[in-house]
Amino acid sequence: MQELEDKLQLEQNAAGRLVPATVNGRSQVPYLGVGKYKPAGHKAAPPVRSAADYPEDGDKRVPDLETALRRCGLRDGMVISNHHHLRDGDSVALMALRAAAHLGVKELTWFPSASFPSQEAAIELMENGTIHHIEGSMNGPLGDYCTQGKMRGMGVLRSHGGRWQAVQDGEVHIDIAVIAAPTADAFGNADGSRGKSACGSLGFALADSLYADRVIVVTDNLVPFPCVPWQIQGNNVDYVVQVDSIGDPAKIVSGTTQITRSPDRLLIAEYVAKFLRAAGIMRDGFSFQAGAGGIALAFVDYLKRMMKEAGVKARFVRGGSTKYLVELLQEGLTDYILDGQTFDLDAVKSIAENPRHLATSPFTSYNYHGKGNFASMIDAVVLGATEVDVNFNGNVVTHSDGRLLHGIGGWQNCLAAGCTILAVPSFRDRIPVIVDEVTTLTGPGELIDVVATERGIAINPGRQDLIDAVKGSGLPVRTLQDIKAEIECICGGKPARPKRSGRPVAIVKWADGTVLDTIWKVSSSR
Amino acid sequence: MTSISEAQTLRRRAEAGNWGVDIRSDANVQIEPRDRDGIDIALESRVEAYYGESILAQAEQALEQLQVRRAGVAIHDEGALPFVIAARIEAAVKRAGLGDGHRALPERVAIPGASARDRVRRSRLYLPGNEPKYFVNAALRKPDAIILDLEDSVHPAEKDAARLLVRNALRAVDFGDCERMVRINQLPLGLVDLEEIVPELPNLVLLPKAERPEQVLQVIDQIHDVKKAHGINREIWLMPILESALGIENAYAIAAASPEIVALTIGLEDYTADLSVAKTASGAESLYARQRLVNAAHAAGVQAIDSVYGDVGDLEGLKEWSLKSRAMGFEGMGCIHPLQIAVIHEAFAPTAGEIEKALKIVAAFDEAQQKGLGVVSLGSKMIDAPVVQRALKLVDRAKAMGILP
Repeated sequence: MQELEDKLQLEQNAAGRLVPATVNGRSQVPYLGVGKYKPAGHKAAPPVRSAADYPEDGDKRVPDLETALRRCGLRDGMVISNHHHLRDGDSVALMALRAAAHLGVKELTWFPSASFPSQEAAIELMENGTIHHIEGSMNGPLGDYCTQGKMRGMGVLRSHGGRWQAVQDGEVHIDIAVIAAPTADAFGNADGSRGKSACGSLGFALADSLYADRVIVVTDNLVPFPCVPWQIQGNNVDYVVQVDSIGDPAKIVSGTTQITRSPDRLLIAEYVAKFLRAAGIMRDGFSFQAGAGGIALAFVDYLKRMMKEAGVKARFVRGGSTKYLVELLQEGLTDYILDGQTFDLDAVKSIAENPRHLATSPFTSYNYHGKGNFASMIDAVVLGATEVDVNFNGNVVTHSDGRLLHGIGGWQNCLAAGCTILAVPSFRDRIPVIVDEVTTLTGPGELIDVVATERGIAINPGRQDLIDAVKGSGLPVRTLQDIKAEIECICGGKPARPKRSGRPVAIVKWADGTVLDTIWKVSSSR
Repeated sequence: MTSISEAQTLRRRAEAGNWGVDIRSDANVQIEPRDRDGIDIALESRVEAYYGESILAQAEQALEQLQVRRAGVAIHDEGALPFVIAARIEAAVKRAGLGDGHRALPERVAIPGASARDRVRRSRLYLPGNEPKYFVNAALRKPDAIILDLEDSVHPAEKDAARLLVRNALRAVDFGDCERMVRINQLPLGLVDLEEIVPELPNLVLLPKAERPEQVLQVIDQIHDVKKAHGINREIWLMPILESALGIENAYAIAAASPEIVALTIGLEDYTADLSVAKTASGAESLYARQRLVNAAHAAGVQAIDSVYGDVGDLEGLKEWSLKSRAMGFEGMGCIHPLQIAVIHEAFAPTAGEIEKALKIVAAFDEAQQKGLGVVSLGSKMIDAPVVQRALKLVDRAKAMGILP
């Protein structure tokens, strides 16, 4: 540990956070501020291939994943990617990593779009040297493993848009992408809306299919060519592997997504919906994004009633799609769902059947190094957070004690919306959510417009337009300082700031690839 | 020798409060009295990283206040707030046969003043007295009152612990503009409750299973005694709950027993049980009792308050019930879920049409007064005096509810 610290070079970024200058041997650009970092040059590109090397009949099947990996030239130190569209039900990622271990390969970088608690076994693969480190979200046991400083390399947390950007810009070179496909043909065309393991959009795997050196599609529902529609194009695919099961359907999608039943969280959702109405954001042709969390779902339910009452409809809504968004579509309250991730059975059915329910990708929705993206075109987005500080900075990745809790997901990218609302309880159990300074900076306060809690709504002083718009609405508008003072009184004073070590174990990237903050080793887990 | 061995048998290992994976905002405290000097505290807490030291300091202070100097203490904390931790420590200490005559009181928040006798009492939100997680957010949806319940929602074995928790909540929880009510236990246990509760200035005490005026007077005497002992002058109102056939028969006598009684209410679960009939959604079986109660309350000049609506998932049914309830002459009802509050407030509020009509009548009345006319008329219609009185009351009520400025 002494050795690591000696080599460590920290610099202060534009947000005042100490970040490492080098991560996993690669030099980093510290965060410069919103919209300040604009790299030049050309995008990365995969190698040129020739049809002569692929079967003329289009049948790219090989008997098993091990064979596919061997033919892809798997060797020590490569970067292997997987995706989380099967969420906690995925079995393809571990299948691929274990096949690699069986082939005796070492020192891999695992580059998942997100990892889940069911992939805890990746710890054994790190312990036995198959995996060197993970670049992707980590939570649960993997998060603890990382924050306890047991991972050999440093973790790199990126938003969904940031992952696309890192691949596209050549920051991360994927050697082999292994894509789980609920339906595919032997040529490699693949789609997620059908099959026994249907999951909806495969958008997270799209960048990998375009930029990786080699691409393997793994499916449990092989259909004769053509697999239509195809979200992953067979022309980008090297091998197709047929398996009995790519995952546990019960964990891939939930049967039903549930609105929160907590009266306090329902109150937050009600405040958010009323805020959009009072601020004039809820008007004909508007757009919004809300995820699948309990508060977000309740918000959609309240907003829907208000939209009906006011006779307005949205042009498009973005998900995390659930039955609540699907109902908006079916009842004509929105023209389109632009779907990034499909959470429940109703949404999976809808994306398969309704032409106005469209699968999108982090490229269309979130990529910051592109010619614009959908996220900034949205009128309002409702997000969660683990902490918000009095300067409206947000944390979604760590607990207040510094342990990893969540990936960034699309959260950072969504901050670009016209009105960004964090809908959070002011404290959880006895742990304040509104704090003096966030433990880990995940989103700069200048992009966070509103914080809605059960104890009142705080509007960023930088948004005088919103402050003016809701004047006289009767909504409980307060300052964050005021709310913080109240909860500190309830909780019995300010929480102690847990001591952290001087050793970084992971970094948080901003949407443009610069380093926004550092996650430090914590002494123990509980 | 005898006295020492007696003391030893009285002092025993004891615990109070709940813990476990499904428990939130509570703490379990275990006390092991021992012979050698000194206190050892073992803490396991969900919020150890943030409040571990603060909890230990609080525990030491509480034990000092309770004059416990020889004990082993184990605290399993599930994110309990300080007032809860204090109550659990005190309950465990007392169950262990220690700390007699001492209290570990949490810091007091600003206590609102006494409430007006005839204040608006549309909604009162029940809070089970031994479930601290519901307390701090109880005022968020602005019920007219909160009721900290020591009776039916508390297991008989937990009455002592709940009493201390409710006492501490009255001291340390900010219930905003809500009237602070406590439902004590049936007598005689209710009299013990009052010893802890009254010094913390509740606005109103609910007496369950009231059947005879003497019971009410017994409670009022006890309230007076405790007030006197603590030098308290402000009013503490009483709302008897009639829950039996006998209680209903004695409704007027109970309501008129003391000027400190401000309202009568009814408990339909117990009442229907007393009659051995099923409690139905239409309430046909309790119609007489409710009408009798309304009449008795008005005869005695107190408010008539309805029971609770038990199906928390059925807000439409609640709306229907509460509209009928208002039409019968009730002024409010109980809530067992925060989502019921808004429905009840709307149902018990005068409608826009009623307000408009009442304002016209009041204006006509004012005009007649100014002109010195004995007869009030609106257009071609003559308005009778009781109609004017009702209009004046309705306008006052709309003002008290904040519907009219």
